[in-house]
Formats: sequence, structure tokens, C-alpha cells
Amino acid sequence: MSESTYRIQGETGEWEVVIGLEVHAQVTSNAKLFSGAATAFGAEPNSQVSLIDAAMPGMLPTPNQECIRQAVRTGMAIGAVINKWSRFDRKNYFYADLPQGYQISQLFHPLVGEGQIEISLDDKDPEANVKTIGIERIHVEQDAGKLMHDQHPTRSYVDLNRAGVALMEIVSKPDMRSPQEAGAYLSKLRAILRYVGSCDGNMDQGSMRADVNVSVRKPGAEFGTRTETKNVNSVRFVMQTVEIEARRQVEVLEAGGKIVQETRLFDPDKGETRSMRSKEDAHDYRYFPDPDLLPLELDDAFLEECRASLPELPDAKRRRYEQALGLSAYNAATLTADADTARWFEALLAEGARIQKKGEQEVARASANWLLSDLYGALNRLNKDLDTSPVSPEQGAELLALAADGTLSGPLAKQVFEIMLETGDAAGKIVEERGLKQTSDTGAIEAVIAEILAKNPGQLEQYRGGKEALFGFFVGQTMKAMAGKANPAVVNELLKKALAG
Amino acid sequence: MTEITDLGVAALRDGVRAGTFSAREVADAFIVKVSKAKALNAFIVETPEHALAAAAAADEALARGEALKPLAGVPIGMKDLFATKGVQTTAASHMLEGFKPVYESTVSQKLWDAGAGMLGKLNLDQFAMGSSNETSYFGNVISPWRRGGGDNAPLAPGGSSGGSSAAISARLVPGATGTDTGGSIRQPAAFTGISGIKPTYGRCSRWGVVAFASSLDQAGPMARDVKDCAILLENMVGFDPKDSTSLNLPVPKWEELLSGDLKGKKIGIPKEYRLDGTPEEILKLWDQGIAWVKDAGAEVVEVSLPHTKYALPTYYIIAPAEASSNLARYDGVRYGLRELADGQNLQEMYAATRAAGFGPEVQRRILIGTYVLSAGFYDAYFTQASKVRTLIAQDFENAFTLCDLLLTPTAPSAAFALGEKSADPLAMYLNDVFTVPASLAGLPAMSVPAGLDSAGLPLGLQIIGKPLDEQGVLGAGLAIEQRAGFTARPEQWW
Amino acid sequence: MSVDTATVKKVASLARIAISDADAERLAPELNNILGWIEQLGEVDTSSVEPMTAVIPNKLRLREDVVTEGNQRDAVLQNAPQGEHGFFTVPKVVE
Repeated sequence: MSESTYRIQGETGEWEVVIGLEVHAQVTSNAKLFSGAATAFGAEPNSQVSLIDAAMPGMLPTPNQECIRQAVRTGMAIGAVINKWSRFDRKNYFYADLPQGYQISQLFHPLVGEGQIEISLDDKDPEANVKTIGIERIHVEQDAGKLMHDQHPTRSYVDLNRAGVALMEIVSKPDMRSPQEAGAYLSKLRAILRYVGSCDGNMDQGSMRADVNVSVRKPGAEFGTRTETKNVNSVRFVMQTVEIEARRQVEVLEAGGKIVQETRLFDPDKGETRSMRSKEDAHDYRYFPDPDLLPLELDDAFLEECRASLPELPDAKRRRYEQALGLSAYNAATLTADADTARWFEALLAEGARIQKKGEQEVARASANWLLSDLYGALNRLNKDLDTSPVSPEQGAELLALAADGTLSGPLAKQVFEIMLETGDAAGKIVEERGLKQTSDTGAIEAVIAEILAKNPGQLEQYRGGKEALFGFFVGQTMKAMAGKANPAVVNELLKKALAG
Repeated sequence: MTEITDLGVAALRDGVRAGTFSAREVADAFIVKVSKAKALNAFIVETPEHALAAAAAADEALARGEALKPLAGVPIGMKDLFATKGVQTTAASHMLEGFKPVYESTVSQKLWDAGAGMLGKLNLDQFAMGSSNETSYFGNVISPWRRGGGDNAPLAPGGSSGGSSAAISARLVPGATGTDTGGSIRQPAAFTGISGIKPTYGRCSRWGVVAFASSLDQAGPMARDVKDCAILLENMVGFDPKDSTSLNLPVPKWEELLSGDLKGKKIGIPKEYRLDGTPEEILKLWDQGIAWVKDAGAEVVEVSLPHTKYALPTYYIIAPAEASSNLARYDGVRYGLRELADGQNLQEMYAATRAAGFGPEVQRRILIGTYVLSAGFYDAYFTQASKVRTLIAQDFENAFTLCDLLLTPTAPSAAFALGEKSADPLAMYLNDVFTVPASLAGLPAMSVPAGLDSAGLPLGLQIIGKPLDEQGVLGAGLAIEQRAGFTARPEQWW
Repeated sequence: MSVDTATVKKVASLARIAISDADAERLAPELNNILGWIEQLGEVDTSSVEPMTAVIPNKLRLREDVVTEGNQRDAVLQNAPQGEHGFFTVPKVVE
């Protein structure tokens, strides 16, 4: 556990920043939290709206089991208390994106209680600089609709497709002290959600967004007044928001002003936060238990199913990769940082072990190295990611197996891989069709060597005269003459013999 | 010969089945009655085509020799709080004037599925808030009853289901739906000499019923006698997965098992209901009721419901609080009224729309509800009321260890004149003193006509049952009905 | 406690109901009267009482995660006081 030393240097001395995040994560589900309308992203306006979402008179909510289940699993993944008795409350306010005039949420009795997340502040060694960030609660609530302001000179357009989609609100304790910690926390939370499968974490589609609570204080002093910057939708923007808002607060305070507890908006174009005028209206949400819904009571069987369906989580996986598979800390951390990467790697590993008839730990390092350098390098170049990779884990495993059993030399393997990327063909097929197989045929190699020695009498003489560094020259010439297909070990052995005369 | 419109639900159903008259004749007879009763203002919309279509279906089924549906040939009135597909649904509010739902409420759909036809949408207190039907945007409903002795002052039909009570007692419909949040079925039934039952909370789906106070709202039937209520109720209740508070229970055979024999039953008389200032006539009628149930074989015991006096204040926190939130959706954006002056912004549009769309009583209750939920007051008002509500429910539980049913007056007075109480909201609220406790506890309760006061106006008695014991409530209602011999009806002046 | 006209206006503003000064003057004593009467609840000792959560014992059922509704934009918009291009419209909101 380390204390952050991040400080803002003001005219009156150093200031410490205190940060809490309220993350809204869209629950992965087919239908909405309280209605049977679909949740898919990008549909035609108002085409995914039920009569309930439009708050028609007499419409009533009925809760979607999957949304509850995913929130419970998320709670379990952060080691949180799951409340077997929880309740939905109404948060009352008027806005054009809120058809009911209230949001069904959970204030008094949330579904998930206290938990925690460990963040690492050291890229190279994830165990070196670890900090625990407390989670206050997770509750389930409805998302609002969407307003569009730029379609008409005097009107805003209302699209209710999002209205009623299930959100988890994940509320951290004010435990973060620097933009880096806030960024690490959000990244880690996103990774956990994606592992659990409770949220797709697509911040650019609004599936995950953060309200950033920031205050500043002189180190060791009481908490200052905080502001809440709403709906910040990327890790980078969260870090910027913290930095910009903290600096603004320091300036205000040092100029003798006071911080007003208010809702603000982050403007990435201007690099500033500003007060949200439309939400200035002092909020008195008049929460009370939703009388349309009974208390939510979960039984042990339900909780057991939730627990049993939890996957291995990123920290556990990372440690296993290091300890059981023998990967480096950095490789283990990189491979487990995202659920998709880990899934891809494990598919590669499983297939590799299967076709090579070896233990996973025996193929792990080669697999990890290939994925992180060769494959990532290629994907980067092609502007693709694992999802759209032209090479599947099974194809990758085949390539690695061919390298491992000596069929392909290192350079040959790279060559085959390039062809795989272009054609999508399997490694074996490419080797077969293009004759790219490595040869250990001593007769053929000896013939080529004899030819090389005959062609280069000068170098041969120098070598035999003691200039042994020329060995590499003969290897290169031999490999070149054999189009890279000769087994380098065999070439070495035969060359030594031949050069010795 | 008896006029068709003098017949009740059972008689009409049986007559159509027996071929005594056709469903078409029944529908025609009631349609004419409805069309001639504009002076009562019981209907907001008349839907003769709906009633005729249902009648045609019944007559055709009969002609084909098919078994008839349970309510085939019976036209009814639908309180205008139930959403009816394609038919204007207003909750008697300017806010929803012209609103035609694209959906049908579960309860009304069940009635249509059972073969009933709709004569029209019945007037009510705006958003079901009121006890006299004086808060409707579409005008007061006038009770068909008048005090004797040449006093032609228009009287209240009770509320909020005042259109239903007036239409039934005037023989414009044989039965109708009502909804009851704090007495809105029982009090109007008592005021107009008819029967009405609010079943256990959760029996009738609330889906598609314009919400007033979700934890209290419950639909129920109103008709001229107990058996008709049982028949209609059977065709209104039932599990609805679309309502989270709906009870997943089979539909009982209330009509088949209906019996006025109270042998072995214990009937409790809650002593706290003997309020100071209750008219002597009401107390006398109550005593008469006690004698009737004894005559029917019941044992009568005195019981105590110690928190009775707190029921009304509790109700007037919980109901307005829930209403203030339930009615937030009427904002001029997706349906209903929009008031928007040039240059007004969104929040100003809301305020203008809601000021113009909601009547004074609705506004008053929204303000009370907003106040009791607002920051700093929530615990003192809403939490305290929710706790007292627990105590009120416990009072009933305790009483029901000593008895099976409770017998009380329905209302502390006979129908009052329109305007008599409308200037004093509190006086109006106090009219629900006997009906509100059972609503807070979600219990089945019914009013049956039991006699007339000295001015010739009907008075009702209320039976309250244990949760789910509608059968017991209906049975005791029948026992009283059989002994009261209530045959009085308003003289036609409209 | 006493509700004054300023409180009435504040509550009306929370409830988004436009009221005039005269309305507030009229409503203040009315609401005071009702709230004063309601306040008798304070005398009940509820220290060991739980607030009611379900009127009739019943369990919250959870729905299967299946899409059952949607693709009904016209029906959803049918009663809208104002709309265009498949949207509801409201006076322009400045955020």
C-alpha cells in the first residue's frame, strides 16, 4: 500500500486531491430492467420503446432477472456484501429524458453493499505499488432517454430507446488521490465488468460512464467541498477532469472564493469543466420506496448460481499465469488486463497443448511471446484487434507447433505468419503448398555447403587462418542458398565440420 | 312486465342464455337509457357500438348453439380510469382529454373476454381523487337520488366512482367497474343504494388502470346486489404477470359458493368505529345490521382496532405521496395536454401544463404529497405513516384472531348535497373514515345497501374480511341483503 | 410547523405546478389545516415498528430476459402533442 504523493502546487502551498467515482455501467441484457423492450445499441429512434418506457398511464414495471443476476455477480467479483433483501426506490425529478417523472433506483436498500478493488500503479510490476479502493455500494437503476439538441433551431428531440435500460451504479469511496489512481481504478473496474460479463465496457457507446467527484484540501486537513462532474466517458477524460477540476478549485480557494457543491460538465474540446445550468435547480429528489414493486428477496440457490457462474477474475488469473505458467509479471499483467485478450490467449494455449501433446505450462511462454509481439505487432500494423484478427487462436497454435517441432525455423515461421495474415490459410497448408518446410536433410545441406566453400576460397582461407568470426558469414550464405528452409542447428553442425576441413 | 333495464347482471345473463330476450334487445334497452340520462352526467363517453358488438357476438354464439361466455349479453359501464384501446381514457382530467390508449387494461380485457359489452366510460372524481364526484373536469355527476319533501338539491353520488354508482342506481347499466383507493367503491355504493366490493389488494391487476396511489388502488365491481358483484368480480380478478403486486392465485367460484348462512361465523364489531358525532340513524342501522347477522346465524363479538383514529391521517400522507410521484408522468411530452407559451422553456412548459391540466383537488394532493416527501420531512411524515400503517394492519390481524368478519357502517352520513363539503377539503376527507382502514390493510371490503335515512336516502353497511376472504365478505353481504329487503330506488326525474 | 406562501411556492415549483401569488395565499392556510391534522400521527409510538413494505404478503417475481415489446414507434408517438421524424419534441433544452 502506498500513499500518493500527487500534489497540486498552489500559491499558498501544496494541495491534495480527493476523488470518488460513481460509475454507471449498462448491464448486459437482452431486455430492459423493467420492460420487455430491447437494449441493442444504435437502433432507429424510439423503435425500442415499450409502453412502460414511455410511461403511458397505468403501465407498471416488472423486474428483469438477468439484470439482478448480473449485478449480484458483479458484487461477488469485488468481494462485496450481497444484500438478500433490497428494494427499489423512486428518485423524483422532471426532465425530458425521464418519462415517468422519476427514476427507479435504489437509495435506502441497495442490492450490493461494501466491497473493494485493488489497483496497481506500476505497469512493470503489478504487485509492487498496489492500493485498495473501497466500493461503497452497487445499486441497480433505470437509464434515462436521450435528448438531441442540434436537430432543430428551437426544439430538442427525445429518443427513449435508452430509457429503462438497466444500469449498475458503482459508487466508490473517496479513496483516490491522483488522476493516475482514478484512471487505474476505472480501467480495473472496466476489466472486472468485462470478465464477469455484466457490462461490455464500451465507453464510446455510453455503456460505461463516470460521475467524477473531486475536492481539494491541504494535506491532512478535513475533506473540502466537492463538485460532481457528470457523464465523463473515457479513462483519459476522467484523468483530465480530475486534474482540471482540482486546479480550478485550488484557484478559486486561493483567490478567497468558496467551492459550491454543484454538478459540472467536462468539455474535452475546451479542456475545462463548467457548471450545468440546466441542473442548477436545487435537487430534492423525494426518494421513497416504489409502491409498484415489492421488496427484492434473493434466496440461497439464486446466489449460489451467481457465484458458481463467476469466471476466474483478472488478479487471480494474472497470479496463475505467473506462478503456474511461468510467465513474466509484465506478460501476465498484459495478457489478463482485458477479458478478451485472456480468452484469446487461453484458447491459443489450450489448442497448442493439445496438438503438441504437452502441458500448458510448456507451451505458455512461446504462446505469450508470439501473441504479444508477433500477433499484436501485426494487428497494430493492420489496424485490427483480436476480435477482427485474421488469424484465429487455433491457427496460431498450429503455427507455434510447427515452430516447436522444428518444421519451421524462426524466420520461416515469420514468413508463414505473414502469408496467414494475407490469405487466412492454415500454417500447415501454407507450408505444404509453398514448400516452406525446414529441411534437416544432411546430404542436401552438405552439397550446398560444399558449393559455398568452393565459391568463397578467400573467406575460407581467412577462417582457417583463425578469423572465426566469419562463421556467421558461411551460415548466412548457406541459409540464403537454401531459401531459409535449412534447419539452422544442422547447418551449424555440418558447417563446423566442413570448415574444419 | 319488468323492464329489461330493471334486471341485474345475473338475470340478464340467464335471460339471454334462456332466450327470454336477445343480447341485442338488452343492449338496445340500456343504450336508450344511457342516451336519455345526460342530466346525470354519469358518462364521459358513450360507446353503444362496443355494447352492440358484444351483444351481436353473444347472439351469434347462441344461434350457433355454442356455450355462452360468463358475461355474454351483459353490457356494463367502465370507470374512465381503465385504459380502453382506441376509446378516450381521461381519468376525468383535462390533462388526458382526447387521450386514446393503444392498449387495454387487464381488468377491462378480462371483462370483454368474458363477453361483456361496454356502454361507455363513466365519470369519476379527477384521477379518482374525491368523495363526491365534484372534481371531474367533465362536470359533476348528479346522484339520481333526491331528498324527499320537494328538496331538489342535487346530491353527490359519492366518489370517486360516482359515475358508476349513479349509472347503476339509475338503471343505466346493470353493473360497472369501480376502483377503490380509500373507499371509492364502497362510499358511492352506500350513497346510491347499491352494492360494491373492493377485493383483497392484488386480486385485480392494476395494469392499465390510471394510477392514483399504487399501494392502495384496487379495482372492483359495483352492481345492484351481492350476487351480481360476485359474478362480475370473478371476471375481473386473476393473476397478471404484468403487475408485480398481482397475487398468483386461482380465481375462486364466488358465485357458486355464495351463501347467506352465517352459522359458525364470528362477526366483530370494532368499538372504535362508534365515533362521536356519528348520526343516530347510522348507529341505529348498524345495530340493525348486528341483529341481521345474528339472525343469519353469526355470533357477534366486540373487537378493538386501537389505531383507527390514525387511519385517515396515515392515508392522507401515503396516498398523496404516491400520487405526487405517479402523476409526474403527466408532463405534456408524450401524450395529453401541453401548455406552451411562446418563449417558454421546458420547465416552464411542465409547470404551465400541470397547472392547466390538473384540477384544484389533484393539485392540492400533489402539493401535500410533494411536501411530505421533501427533504427534511420524509421520516417525520412518510416513514412514520408507513409504520402506523403496519400498526393498523396489525390491529386487523389481532381482531381476526377473535372473529371472521367485521361489520361497520360504510360512511358517517348519507349523501350530501353537491357543494356542501367541497369548500372544506378536510371535511370531505373525513367522509372516508370507515373505509380507509381496510384500504390501508389491503383487506376485502364491501358495502351493501341496508336502509334509508329520514330524508329517504340510502345508507350502507360495510363488511370487512380477512385477506383473500371475499367469499366470507360476500356471504355476510348476502345475509344482510336478504334481511334488509332493500328495494328503494330513485324516482326518475332526469 | 407552519407552511407559509414561500413554502407553498417552493413545493409547487418542485411539483412543477405554476401557481400565482393569489393561489399561494389561498393554499397556505388550506395546506396548514391539512398538515396540522396529519401531524397527530406524531403521537403514535412507532419506535419498535417496521414500515409496511407489502400490503399483502407477496414475493417480487423476476421476469425472464426476453424481448417482448418494441418496433411500435407509431403507437408510442400516437398521442404525442408534438413530434417529428420519429422523435418526441420539447422546447430546446440548454445543457
